[in-house]
Amino acid sequence: MADLKINLAGIESPNPFWLASAPPTNSGYQVQRAFEAGWGGAVWKTLGDPILNVSSRFAAVSFNGQRVAGFNNIELITDRPLEVNLKEIYETKKRFPNHVIVASLMVEPKQDKWHEIVKRVEDVGVDGLELNFGCPHGMAERGMGSASGQVPSLVERQTYWVKEAAKTPVIVKLTPNITDITATAEAAVQGGADAVSMINTINSLMGVDLDTWNTIPHVDGKGAHGGYCGPAVKPIALNMVAECARHPRINVPISGIGGISNWKDAAEFLLMGATGVQVCTAAMHHGFRIVEDMIDGLNNYLDSKGIASVREIIGKSVPRYSDWGDLDLNYKIVARIDTETCINCNKCHIACEDTSHQCIDMLTDTAGKSFLRVREEDCVGCNLCSIVCPVDGAISMVELPSEIAPMTWNERQAALGALSNCETNITK
Amino acid sequence: MNKTKKVTLSLTDLWSNFEEIQSGLSNREAVEEANRCLYCYKAPCIQACPTEIDIPKFIKKIASGNLKGSATTIMLSNPVGASCSRVCPTEELCEGACVLNDSTKPIMIGNLQRYATDWAIRNEQILFEAGEKKGKTVAVVGGGPAGLSAARELARLGYTVTIFEAEAQAGGLNTYGIVSFRLPQAVSYWEVDQVRSLNVEIRTNTRVGQDISAEELLERHDVVVLAIGMGKVPMLGIDGEELDGVYDAIDFVKRTKTNALTNEFIGKRVAVIGAGNTAIDGATCSIRLGAESVKILYRRTREEMSAYDFEYEFAKQDGVEFRWLTAPKRIIGENGRVTGIECVKMALGDPGQDGRRRPEAVAGSEFVIPVDVVIKAIGQSRYIEMIEGFGLTHSDGVVMITRGTFQTSNPKVYACGDVIFGKGQGEAMVVTAAQQGKLTAHEIHKQFASVTETV
Repeated sequence: MADLKINLAGIESPNPFWLASAPPTNSGYQVQRAFEAGWGGAVWKTLGDPILNVSSRFAAVSFNGQRVAGFNNIELITDRPLEVNLKEIYETKKRFPNHVIVASLMVEPKQDKWHEIVKRVEDVGVDGLELNFGCPHGMAERGMGSASGQVPSLVERQTYWVKEAAKTPVIVKLTPNITDITATAEAAVQGGADAVSMINTINSLMGVDLDTWNTIPHVDGKGAHGGYCGPAVKPIALNMVAECARHPRINVPISGIGGISNWKDAAEFLLMGATGVQVCTAAMHHGFRIVEDMIDGLNNYLDSKGIASVREIIGKSVPRYSDWGDLDLNYKIVARIDTETCINCNKCHIACEDTSHQCIDMLTDTAGKSFLRVREEDCVGCNLCSIVCPVDGAISMVELPSEIAPMTWNERQAALGALSNCETNITK
Repeated sequence: MNKTKKVTLSLTDLWSNFEEIQSGLSNREAVEEANRCLYCYKAPCIQACPTEIDIPKFIKKIASGNLKGSATTIMLSNPVGASCSRVCPTEELCEGACVLNDSTKPIMIGNLQRYATDWAIRNEQILFEAGEKKGKTVAVVGGGPAGLSAARELARLGYTVTIFEAEAQAGGLNTYGIVSFRLPQAVSYWEVDQVRSLNVEIRTNTRVGQDISAEELLERHDVVVLAIGMGKVPMLGIDGEELDGVYDAIDFVKRTKTNALTNEFIGKRVAVIGAGNTAIDGATCSIRLGAESVKILYRRTREEMSAYDFEYEFAKQDGVEFRWLTAPKRIIGENGRVTGIECVKMALGDPGQDGRRRPEAVAGSEFVIPVDVVIKAIGQSRYIEMIEGFGLTHSDGVVMITRGTFQTSNPKVYACGDVIFGKGQGEAMVVTAAQQGKLTAHEIHKQFASVTETV
């Protein structure tokens, strides 16, 4: 049994699985049910001045019959009085002292407002604070959430104000609705953040009803953009986590969020530099019980690799993530088709022929049987054929021994630069 | 929902006829099917499983790639879960209860269960650990599904368990009684090894009442679990039963699982008497041993026969003929060998005590079917001598228990599995035996826990 305990910026958690600040963490009843199911921690649904919500709030996209490939909401922060939330946080923490409760906070960008709420939530015994600089709808129109989170100076200043008052670790939750998330992440670090969490939801419109021409969802015939999350956003989130993890000036722990549905997704985030993860959509789809397989699966994975603690895998893939200019231009892979396994659907051929490099030939053998073969000399190793192939093991991407030494674009440009300097000297 | 290979029977390589007919799911099939599962909450499939396996949970683990966790989930609830994935009448249990029955097709739960347990078998996984020693000893008599299940659970709870098994191998019905082409012995052996890995001693070739007495077992152990199942097929009580060529179906199937396969059935005409699952096994094994024709003789009709529907369909596809309303009158022989069977036509009369219409002979309707082999499959006898050796109250060999506790008339002796099946008690499925074994263990544990508490 591997050790699944983590320590995120001083917050100790029995496992890396936390519920993200969202509808599942709206009340003490829910968070206590989650802890009973095995969740290591919960980030309480964002506290602030209680708001009014609209009716009709969520929507989801199905992909080829699979429900909830992506999920969207236009719900705002808590609509319950702060006193009620604080009382329930206190009771929950008392019942589950070893589980983590982090309070998500959002107030107007004013120093006294931040000081006041920090003090009130810390008084009831939270383990940490998460500043919601990411909510992309509703609150942003009032200058909070992602409206703050998109301006690095606002992120830095508000983080600083919180740190002036906070005694517990401060996590800054970042919005992905920005060109370069490392800019705001760095601002958070400058402001004194103890950790960053990402990503919040992405601006989205889920669809249009083709009969009524209403947006999906709509509130009495009108829609507004929501926040997108769920399995579909995982690659976007994973990149943002990785970009921050490898950034030399973002040297604080990361809490990874975005489309994490099972232990494998979680392990990927940990390998890519997250110290722990937060989950919402998968729990909303299946209930809190999903955490059982997250714990069991991660544990079995670590055991099978002979790794004693989950902390040992944190960030292990970060050094392998780099810039394009650092990739070896002379590395070569080609596609190979196993004709025994191939079912002759010809999808690889048409994908290559129409949209890639025209190197998969449709041939017929002497017995009149059709088969497919890659002209390796023309194959660029793009992977497209193996991506569209519906059969496991029919197409493998094979590494070819390189005849030339590795060279990256950056090395090549440096070499060319040196060469042109030489030439300049000669002409002189 | 079975995925059955097309069988071409060979007369030169009989072994190939006994290879498992149903192929396992490929990785892709398993993942696709697992992702089709809705992951219902309080799922009806769990309620339909006699061992209450958390089916959505083990399927979700296949989808997430946690195969060890999946196999553990299955085997925790059902210590013979690998065998059950192959032999359970899933259409009538879990798959029959699947909520997708109405809208599309039920999830292939049996095949997914096999996929996860096959992974564990292939990867030589040990899934459980023995509990902290309690200092209490339990003798389990019989190493079949019920006995193994009780032993596994008791060992997990910290009891020191010894299984006394009369045969050379444990596993009982799963090892010896279910035809190889449905359940290869390796699967049963793996389940036995799972139990052995919890430091359960399995004393094979040890027949209680012969190699060790009931009194000795009672003296040396704090508790005895009687899980001895049932015995041979009883006598028909007609002429000619002693002839060469008359077989007990249980023995007959066992021989196809233990000895080198015999050529002596090639080209033979076989009559099987009875229409339960064992009769079907006798018939399909005969076909696979090369018999030219196989007829199942049953004194009632298709409606009354106790074989599962899928077994009936399977036998028909194998080319087994069914002769309904046909009862054997005597077995005819020449030079000590079977040459035919004289039968009489039956008609169904008024319902008997069991509610089934009673078959009555039609006067003057006797006829002879020329056959070379007669296989008897009219039920199983009881180990009454052994039951009486323990001094237990029984009704025609069905050990009487206090409902819900599995405790017999001797408070030190518990009983589960086929030995308590009948007379309105229990069910005859492997999966039921497994559940009873598990519950028996829990009852024993409760007894000791409550004793400790009151002390």
